[in-house]
Amino acid sequence: MRRTMLYLPGNNPNMLTKGHLFGSDGVILDLEDAVAMVEKDAARILVSKYLKQGEFGGVEVTVRINGIDTEFWKKDLEAIVPMKRLDGIRAPKVDSAETVKILDEEISRLEDKYGVPQGKLKLFCLLETAKGILNAYEIATASPRIAAIIPGGEDLRADLKTERSMDGTELEWARRFVVFAGRAAGVDPLDTVFSRVTDDEGLRKETQFIKQLGFAGKSIIHPNQIRIIHDVFNPTEAEIAKAQKILAAAKEAAERGQGAVTVDGKMVDTPVVKRAEYVLVRAGLA
Amino acid sequence: MTINAVKREIPDYIEGYGKVRHYQGAFARKPEGAIAGAKLRCFNNDVTDKRVSSIKEAIKASGLKSGMTVSFHHHLRNGDYVVNMVLDACAEMGIKELTLFPTALFGVHKKVIDHIKSGVVTKIMGSVNGPIGQLVSEGGMQVPVVLRSHGGRPRAVMAGDVHIDVAFIAAPTADKYGNICGTLGKSACGSLGYAFTDADYADKVVAVTDNLVDFPASPVSIPQTKADIVVEVPSIGDPAGIVSGTTKVTRDPLRLLISRYASQLIEASPYFKDGISFQTGAGGIPLAVTAFMKEAMLKKGIKGGFGLGGITGYFVELLKEGLVGKLMDVQSFDLDAVRSIGENPNHIEISADWYANPWNCGAAVNMLDVVILGATEVDTDFNANVNTEADGALLHGTGGHQDTAAGAKLTIIAQPLLRGRIPCVTDSVYNVTTPGEVIDAIVTEYGVTINPRRKDLLDAVSGVKDLPLVPMEELAARAKKMSGPTDPVRTTDRIIGVVEWRDGTVIDIVRQLKK
Repeated sequence: MRRTMLYLPGNNPNMLTKGHLFGSDGVILDLEDAVAMVEKDAARILVSKYLKQGEFGGVEVTVRINGIDTEFWKKDLEAIVPMKRLDGIRAPKVDSAETVKILDEEISRLEDKYGVPQGKLKLFCLLETAKGILNAYEIATASPRIAAIIPGGEDLRADLKTERSMDGTELEWARRFVVFAGRAAGVDPLDTVFSRVTDDEGLRKETQFIKQLGFAGKSIIHPNQIRIIHDVFNPTEAEIAKAQKILAAAKEAAERGQGAVTVDGKMVDTPVVKRAEYVLVRAGLA
Repeated sequence: MTINAVKREIPDYIEGYGKVRHYQGAFARKPEGAIAGAKLRCFNNDVTDKRVSSIKEAIKASGLKSGMTVSFHHHLRNGDYVVNMVLDACAEMGIKELTLFPTALFGVHKKVIDHIKSGVVTKIMGSVNGPIGQLVSEGGMQVPVVLRSHGGRPRAVMAGDVHIDVAFIAAPTADKYGNICGTLGKSACGSLGYAFTDADYADKVVAVTDNLVDFPASPVSIPQTKADIVVEVPSIGDPAGIVSGTTKVTRDPLRLLISRYASQLIEASPYFKDGISFQTGAGGIPLAVTAFMKEAMLKKGIKGGFGLGGITGYFVELLKEGLVGKLMDVQSFDLDAVRSIGENPNHIEISADWYANPWNCGAAVNMLDVVILGATEVDTDFNANVNTEADGALLHGTGGHQDTAAGAKLTIIAQPLLRGRIPCVTDSVYNVTTPGEVIDAIVTEYGVTINPRRKDLLDAVSGVKDLPLVPMEELAARAKKMSGPTDPVRTTDRIIGVVEWRDGTVIDIVRQLKK
C-alpha cells in the first residue's frame, strides 16, 4: 500500500531517525528541494549512512534524488544504490520516456556494479511539467521499474503559469489524467502534497476527492497528515463486512459452478468481486 | 549507611535533616500514634473583624519570629506575589532563619535566592525549581532541602514531622472574618486544595486578599474557623501567571505519537470500561492522551467515573459532555476550570490530604484507574526520577507523582526516549523519586514497554494492532546507542537534598554538584 509517503529532509538527522515511526506506508528521504545547494553533499552522505544503518521498520524507503539536469543526480545514485535498505528512487522532473531511459540505464549500471539484483529498485516519477503530464502513459510504461507516477504541485503550477488555489482547480485535469495513465499502465497513481499542514479539514476534503478520482495515495510533508489520509483510504467496518460477504458468496457460487450471484439484492459479477478484494487489501486483511 | 529497598546507599543520619527512616517498599511503613495538631485558639464576640492594616502588621500579629516555619500554597503559580511580599517584609523586620514550607515554588519566586543569601530563609521543605534549584544544587544552602510529594506533605504535617507556625494563604476572595474563596475575584485561581492542610494545622493562619467582600463571603473554601488574621493588599498576583487562557492539544507529531500509544495501551487494559477514572494533568502529552481517550470513549460508548488532580478546560469539557461524571480538583489550571469549579456541583474542590495523603482513611488516588505521568528519566528497574535533571541539578518538585503512581491501577510514564541528546531511559536513574514497584508501563515513540511484574497487562496488549511492544532491555539499549555514552555526574559528598517517599521514609538523597 502507498496511501502515505512522507518526505523527510535529507539533511535533518532528527527526522531521518524518527520519520519512519509515525506509521506512513513509505518515507522519501529528500535530497532535492528540501536541501539547500550548499548542503547537497552533506545530505547525500547522511542519507547514505541512514540507508546503510537501515533502521526504517517495515516502511517502503525511497530517496528523491536531484534532477538529471543537475550535477548531483549521478552522485546521489552512486551513494544510495549500494545500500541495502532502499526500495526505490523518486525522480523529479520526468517529462518523457527518454528521461526514464537515462535513469534506468544508470540505475542498472549501479545495480550491476554493487551486486544489487537487477530491477530491484523501483522508480517513482514526478511529472512536474505540462509536457510530463501529457507524456504520463509513455513514462509509466517506459520501464518495468516504474512503480508510480505523481503529478507535480508547485512546479507544475509554475509551468502552467498559474497559482495555487484553495480547491486546486488548476491541477484537476492533470490529476485525472495521471490516474488514467497510471491505471492504464498498471502503476500506482500517487497524488502530490497538501501544503497547508494545519488545515486538517482541507486535507481530508482533498484526500476524499483524490481517492474518488482513483489515486492510490498521497505524498505528505508532515506526520500529522498520515492519520487523516489513512482514515479516508481505510475502508469502514461496514465496507469490510460487505466485501467479506460478497467474497464468500462469490466463492460459494464458484464452488457450485455458478457465474453470478446476488448479495443483498444486487448482482455480484467479476468487477464487484475485484473491488471487494481491493477493499480487503486496503483494510490489511488480504 | 544502609542500602534501601531501591538499592540506594543512604546514611542513617543526615546533618540538617536528622535521623533517617529508610525506604522499605511502597506500602511498607504504617503510622503509629495520633494526629499532631495546631494550637487551640479562642475568639469571642469582642473580635468581629480580623483585619490588620499591612503585611507587616499581619506578621507581627501572627507572632512570627526568627527560626519559625512559614507555609505557602502555589495555586497562584507563576503569578504569585504573596511569597515575595511576606519574605520581603520579614527581611525588613529583621526576622531570620525561617524554614520555608511551600507546596511548590515557581520562577516568580527567584527572589527567595536573595533571602537565602541574607539568611532570612535557611531551610526549604518543598520543591526548588529553576534558579533556586540550581543554587541549592551548587551548595547554596546550609541544610538540605526536603522534597515531599503532594500527599507526603500533609502526611508530614499530620504526623508531626513538620509543624507550621504561620500559614499565609493567598485568598482571591475573603471577608473581614476570614472566610476564604478561590473562585471569585480578579486573582481567582479556582481550587485552594493545597492550602487546606495549612489552614487546619498551622498555629496561626493569615489570609492575604485583594478582594475583600462583605461578611459572610460565599462560596467558602476555607471557613472563618481556621483564619486568625486577614490582610488586604492591592494585589496578590498577576492573573496572566495564575491561569492560562485555553489549553490546546499539542500538534507536535512526536508527542502525538507517544500520546496515541499511551491511549491505545489504556484502551487495551482491563480498566477501559464504564466508570474508568483517570488523571492526566496539563502537559502536552497528557492532554493529547485525554483527547485520544475521548475519541475512544465516544467510539466505544464508554463513560468515565471521575477525573482527578490538576484540572484543565479539557477535563471540564469531558464533564460537560458527560464523559466523566465528576471532577476532583486540587488545582485549577485554566480559566475554564476556574469557572467550572465555581458553578458545577460535580466539579469538587478537594484538599491535598484528600487527594493524596497515604495516612488517612483513604485518599482519592486510591480510587484511580489510570494516571499518565512524565519523568526526567526512568531506568531498567522502572524507577523514575522527576526531581533532578540528567546533570544532577535539583530542578523539579515531586508533585503528585509518587501518590498517583502508588494509587492508580495503571501507572504510565509517557515521554520521548531522548530529550535533545539526553537519554530518558538509563541503566540506573540519578535519583529515585518513584520506585519501579508502582510504575507499570513506559511509553515512548518506539512503543510500549511493560513492567514484567505486570504480566496481565503484557497479555492484554500483546497483538494489539499498530501498538509496538518494546522490552525494557531493547529500549535502554536503543537510548544508549542513540545518545552515546554520557559522563557521570560529578558531586561532592555533601547532601543538599533529601527525597522522601510519601510515607516519610527516605528513598534517595541528592549531593552537591562539583563545580
